[in-house]
Amino acid sequence: MSGPRPLGQPVIELSEVRKTYRSGSIEFEALRGVDVTIREGEYVAVVGPSGSGKSTLMNLLGCLDTPTSGAYRLAGEDVSTMSETELAEVRNRRIGFVFQQFHLLASKSAWRNVELPLVYAGVPRGERRERASAALTRVGLGDRLENRPGELSGGQQQRVAVARALVTEPSLILADEPTGNLDSSSSADVLALLDELHAAGRTIVLITHDLEVAARAGRNLVIRDGQITDDALVGAGGPR
Amino acid sequence: MSWGETIRAAVEAIRANRLRSTLTMLGIVIGISSVILTVGLGEGAQEEVEEQISALGSNLLIVSPGSTTDSAGQRGGFGTASTLTLADAAAMADETVAPDVAAVAPTTTSNASLVVGETNWSTSLVGTTTSWADVRTRDLSAGRFFTQTEVDSAADVAVLGTDTVSELFPTGNPVGQTVRVNGSPLTVIGVLASSGSSASGTSEDDQAVLPISTAQLVTGATGTAVSTVYVEAVDADVLAAAYQEVQALLLTSHGLDAADADFTIATQESLVETANATNETMTVLLAGVAAISLLVGGIGVMNIMLVSVTERIREIGLRKALGATPSAIGRQFLVEASVLGLTGGLVGVAIGAVGSQVLPGLIDQPVSLSPVATAGAIGTALALGIGFGVYPAGRAARLTPIDALRSD
Repeated sequence: MSGPRPLGQPVIELSEVRKTYRSGSIEFEALRGVDVTIREGEYVAVVGPSGSGKSTLMNLLGCLDTPTSGAYRLAGEDVSTMSETELAEVRNRRIGFVFQQFHLLASKSAWRNVELPLVYAGVPRGERRERASAALTRVGLGDRLENRPGELSGGQQQRVAVARALVTEPSLILADEPTGNLDSSSSADVLALLDELHAAGRTIVLITHDLEVAARAGRNLVIRDGQITDDALVGAGGPR
Repeated sequence: MSWGETIRAAVEAIRANRLRSTLTMLGIVIGISSVILTVGLGEGAQEEVEEQISALGSNLLIVSPGSTTDSAGQRGGFGTASTLTLADAAAMADETVAPDVAAVAPTTTSNASLVVGETNWSTSLVGTTTSWADVRTRDLSAGRFFTQTEVDSAADVAVLGTDTVSELFPTGNPVGQTVRVNGSPLTVIGVLASSGSSASGTSEDDQAVLPISTAQLVTGATGTAVSTVYVEAVDADVLAAAYQEVQALLLTSHGLDAADADFTIATQESLVETANATNETMTVLLAGVAAISLLVGGIGVMNIMLVSVTERIREIGLRKALGATPSAIGRQFLVEASVLGLTGGLVGVAIGAVGSQVLPGLIDQPVSLSPVATAGAIGTALALGIGFGVYPAGRAARLTPIDALRSD
C-alpha cells in the first residue's frame, strides 16, 4: 500500500471477527475472520456484492449485532460482549446512522426527527431544539425545521437523516447505501455533504455496492465471501 | 428517556392515530360508564327503598297472613290466606295481653273504581280503623280523618290520597264533595298529605282510605279477614317485646306452633334487609355484565397495541438504532396503553356522571353517583391499560433493531 498512513486514534478495531448465523441445523458463516482498523477522520467505503457479508459487517460496526467470536473495539471500548441495553447506549453516544430508506418518522417535523437521539441521551428539551436546528442548518435545511418528511424531497429527507446522525457529535457516521433511494442529482447532493463532513474531520463509514460512490471515499474495503479481500487507499478521501 | 418525555410521546402517538385510538377507547368508555350507571342505579334504588321503609317508622310491625318459607323450602300462600281477622287485631290492641303495643290498625286492601262526574279513576281501596293515620304516621293536608263513630256506623266517608285527588278533582277543594266508590256515594272528608311512593310499589299517594266497615259494604266483602295489621309499638326500644307479644298472641289464638305459623311479622329492619338483598343481587348481576364489557374493552386495547407494534416495527427499529433501550421501548408502549385506558376511563366516568343526571328523568329511577365506584372505575381503566399493555410492550421491547429496520 502507498500514500499517507492514517494518523488519528483508532475508532474501529476489528480483530478476527466472525459471525455465524444458525437456522435450524444449517449454519452460515457470514463473516470469516475480519481484521480492520479505521482511524479518526477516515472516510471508508465498504464495497462488495450482495451476499458478501457487507450487511453483516454494517450491523456489527453499527453495534446492532454482536460478533460470534473475535473482538470489536469502538472508540477504545470493547463492545463485542455488551448487552442489548449497553449496546443501545453505545449506539446513542458513538454512532450516527444514515439509512438507505431514510427512516424518518412521518408524523414528526424535521427538527423533531433530528432531536430523537438526544431524547434518548436525556438532553433537556430546550437544548435539543437548539442542537437539532444547528444540525439542520449544518446540512442546509435551516429553513425547513417545521416541515414533515412528506413535505421534503428525497434528497432533503436524506439530509435530515444526516443531520440526525450528526446531532449527537458521534465518533462514527455509518451510512448504509445512503444514495440507494435517490436520483443522481440528490445523490450528488448527499455525497457532497458527506465529503464536506469528512473535510470537517468526521469519521465516516459508507456501505455501498456502487463503485462510483465508493470512489468518493479515501479508502475502500472490498468484502467478498465474508472476508476483506482488498483494502486500498483511493482518491482524495484519506485522512486529513 | 424521562417519564415526562415518554408520556408526551405516548400522547403524540395516540393523537397521530385519532380514529383508531377513539375506537379502542370506546370499549373502555362503554364498560366504565355502564359500571358506573349500574352501580349508581343499584345504590339509588337501595337508598330510595331504605328511605321509604324508614318512613314507615322504626316502631312499626307489619303483620300479614300466610307464612314464610318453611324448612323444606315450601312457601305458604304469603298474603293470600285469610288467616288474620279483626278479632286478632282487637286482641293485639288489648293492653293486658300486649302491653308494649301502642296502637293497631287492621287494614283490608282491594281495588275500586272511583267516579266523580265524568271522571273515572281506578285505585286501591284501603279499609281500616281510626288509628291508621297515627300508626302509618300519615298527616292530612285538608279536612279530617274518620272517627270511631264513623267506623262503628259504617259512615259513607272517604279520605283520599293527593294523587287521587288531583285525578278526580283537578280543580277545587275535594272536601265535602261526593265520590262514587264502586257505585256507592261517599263524602270526601279529608286529603292525605303526600308521602312519596310505597316500598310495595303501589303509590301511597294514590288510594282511598275508608272506615273498614264502609269498605266491606262498598266492596261487598264479608267475614272479618284483613290483609294487613299495622302494629305500633310504644317506642322503638320495645319493638322486640311487642313482636314477641304479637307472635305469642297469634300463635295461641290460632292454636299453632311457631313452626306452623300462618302469619308473618315484618319489621322495618327486616323489610330493609329483604329489599337490600334483592337490590344487591340485581346490582351484582348488572355490574358483572358491565365488568365483562370492561374486560372486552381491555382486550380491545391489547389487540390494538399488538397491531400498533406490528405497524410501527420500523419506528421501533429506528428508535432502537438511535439509542432507545429495550426498556425505553417497552415503557413507551406500556404508557401508550395506559393513556388509552385512563382516557377511556375518564371519558366513561364523564358519561356516567352525565347519565346519572339524565337517567332519573327518563326512567323515573334515582341514580346515585358513588365516589368509590367512580374512583374504582378510573383505577380499573388504568389497570386494564397497564395489564393489557404489558404483553404488546414486551413484544416491542424484544424486537431486535436489525429485524425491525429491515422489515417492510
